Amino acid sequence: MSGIPHDHYEPKSGGAKWLHSRLPIVGLLYDTLMIPTPKNLNWMWIWGIVLTFCLALQIITGIVLVMHYTPHVDMAFASIEHIMRNVNGGHMIRYLHMNGASLFFLAVYMHIFRGLYYGSYKAPREVTWIIGMLIYLMMMGTAFMGYVLPWGQMSFWGATVITGLFGAIPFIGEGLQTWLLGGPAVDNATLNRFFSLHYLLPFVIAALVAVHIWAFHTTGNNNPTGVEVRRGSKAEAEKDTVPFWPYFVMKDLFALGVIMVVFFAIVGFMPNYLGHPDNYIEANPLVTPSHIVPEWYFLPFYAILRAFTADVWVVMFASWITGGIIDAKFFGVLAMFGAIAVMALAPWLDTSSVRSGRYRPMFKWWFALLVLDFIVLMWAGAMPAEPPYSTISLIGSAYWFAYFLVILPLLGVIEKPLPQPETIEADFQAHYPKASGDAGQTAATPAE
Amino acid sequence: MFKKLAISAVAALTLSAGGALAAGGAGHVEDVDFSFEGPFGKFDQNQLQRGLQVYTEVCAACHGMSYVPLRTLGDEGGPNLPDDQVRAYASQFQVFDPDLDDWREAKPTDHFPASNDPNAPDLSLMTKKRAGFHGPYGTGLAQLFKGMGGPEYMVALLTGYTGKDKFEAGTTFYENTAFPGGWIAMAPPLYGEDVEYADGHSNDLHHEAEDVAAFLMWAAEPKMMARKQAGLTGVIFLTVLTVLLYLTNKRIWAPIKGKKSA
Repeated sequence: MSGIPHDHYEPKSGGAKWLHSRLPIVGLLYDTLMIPTPKNLNWMWIWGIVLTFCLALQIITGIVLVMHYTPHVDMAFASIEHIMRNVNGGHMIRYLHMNGASLFFLAVYMHIFRGLYYGSYKAPREVTWIIGMLIYLMMMGTAFMGYVLPWGQMSFWGATVITGLFGAIPFIGEGLQTWLLGGPAVDNATLNRFFSLHYLLPFVIAALVAVHIWAFHTTGNNNPTGVEVRRGSKAEAEKDTVPFWPYFVMKDLFALGVIMVVFFAIVGFMPNYLGHPDNYIEANPLVTPSHIVPEWYFLPFYAILRAFTADVWVVMFASWITGGIIDAKFFGVLAMFGAIAVMALAPWLDTSSVRSGRYRPMFKWWFALLVLDFIVLMWAGAMPAEPPYSTISLIGSAYWFAYFLVILPLLGVIEKPLPQPETIEADFQAHYPKASGDAGQTAATPAE
Repeated sequence: MFKKLAISAVAALTLSAGGALAAGGAGHVEDVDFSFEGPFGKFDQNQLQRGLQVYTEVCAACHGMSYVPLRTLGDEGGPNLPDDQVRAYASQFQVFDPDLDDWREAKPTDHFPASNDPNAPDLSLMTKKRAGFHGPYGTGLAQLFKGMGGPEYMVALLTGYTGKDKFEAGTTFYENTAFPGGWIAMAPPLYGEDVEYADGHSNDLHHEAEDVAAFLMWAAEPKMMARKQAGLTGVIFLTVLTVLLYLTNKRIWAPIKGKKSA
């Protein structure tokens, strides 16, 4: 791996040399684990580990659940009850899986907003960012299909509403929707394919996670200052960094421990708090729930989807200019996917030469507003689609797009950034005046 | 910024649950202090047995509980009936056995029968598919500490009849202050003193309603006590582990930060 200069693995014993010349797998693991990491990373850099843990948790609990679950419309709901009542520890495994999805999304939102604040998406980390966005999209697909599997009322009607989005696409929509569902409506064929894909996608995500890690191990981590690690020599680089093992492994594990305490309290004491009671009613195509709401982690984008009704001028304009091909429903779908697309394009929309929001006095406020906007949208998404919530959603959606399409490009031009530290070492020493530049090497010795 | 995001997360969680609640429509539900609420709450075994009696003598006339195996009546953390009583209880039901191609007496390994009346919903999960109350000022905080409120809804429903009824489209509807929409097709099932408790516990309407609600909460969530135990064990072990990790981390970083090693 290229990037920051550091010590590489040297096989010592005969056996190790034999293996290394045939398959340098130990070297790969060593280089991955010992990667020089900026020593000034703050607590917002722990979410990557939490996410990795979530993926492993979901895959392991999921594999056990599959052993007892039956993907058939007549038996799915009962098989969940079988897991909850008869399978040894089944109730814990299922509640871990259920709430694990919430922790997964909480962590991914923290991770994404950290990246947005500290400019982690900027050159040379665009590929890391794009892969991350792909992972996020796949997570949404996986979570959505997983939510259908218990075959409760919210599963069924959620699936009906969301697959209906594809039906809104002009010309091919109806055919596409039928093809996705495997029939004219959500039924056994839909449940079966969602089950199949729900099992497949996590492994695709795991592969993408490996690529995500590969990408940022090539460029090196970003850090709160946004200043790059010095790469002139190994000695210079060591003043800015410490090896990932043991320093960040321990830090991240400690953070994970804190989060696990809270997570276990939720799973043990209030596992249904984040769910909908309606999903304990078996799916019934003849009874529509009065209020169909997606899980909390989809709410901001659900709000954007519903915000663009036929009486909004942009929708009327789009409809007029396309001769009615883009109607309100299709516009909503475009807006929802567009909201994620503009986020993915952030590396090219942000014109500022300064990476970290810490040194961008105006950006800070707009960013805080974006976080607030996300919360407001999440709240509005849970409310019924009527005034004043529809207006609030519309304003929230407008700001979301304005932030990425107008504010980010403009700020780079009009904003006067604050002075940045020369090096990561300087930033670190400002926090810890007693730290000496070479302490890292002496301390690192036992691990090497 | 971390704080902001943390608040956002909490707000989101609270609000989404609130949204789910709004789905039920406006019914009036009062808080009831159940023994099984909160992290350390436990089912009251005597209450579950009384609730089983109400269920058997009143509810079971129309309703069923097809997801609940009869043998679980003998489970610890549930009504905890002795084996012979579970067998005796099961034998009062007739189940269809496809192997015999005939009806036979139910065994503990069978499930409770399904509803007799096709219009009577199955009660296996009734307390989990209903949410009770929004909590103070619609924040849903009551749900955070006391559960989703299904049993509270059940008590409110059973005690919420006003005595008025109306005949519409071939069905009699009864006015009920807890039921969404205000009119329910179920006739008032309990009036008070419907059953005679062996333990001499008060059998007025409110007590009967509480007992059967508690029993139905167990029926919906039979592993609740095992789950809370696992949760508590998990929290304690993870807290110890986290403290050790904190100390390890502090010690490892001390030389880097120029501090004296701990």
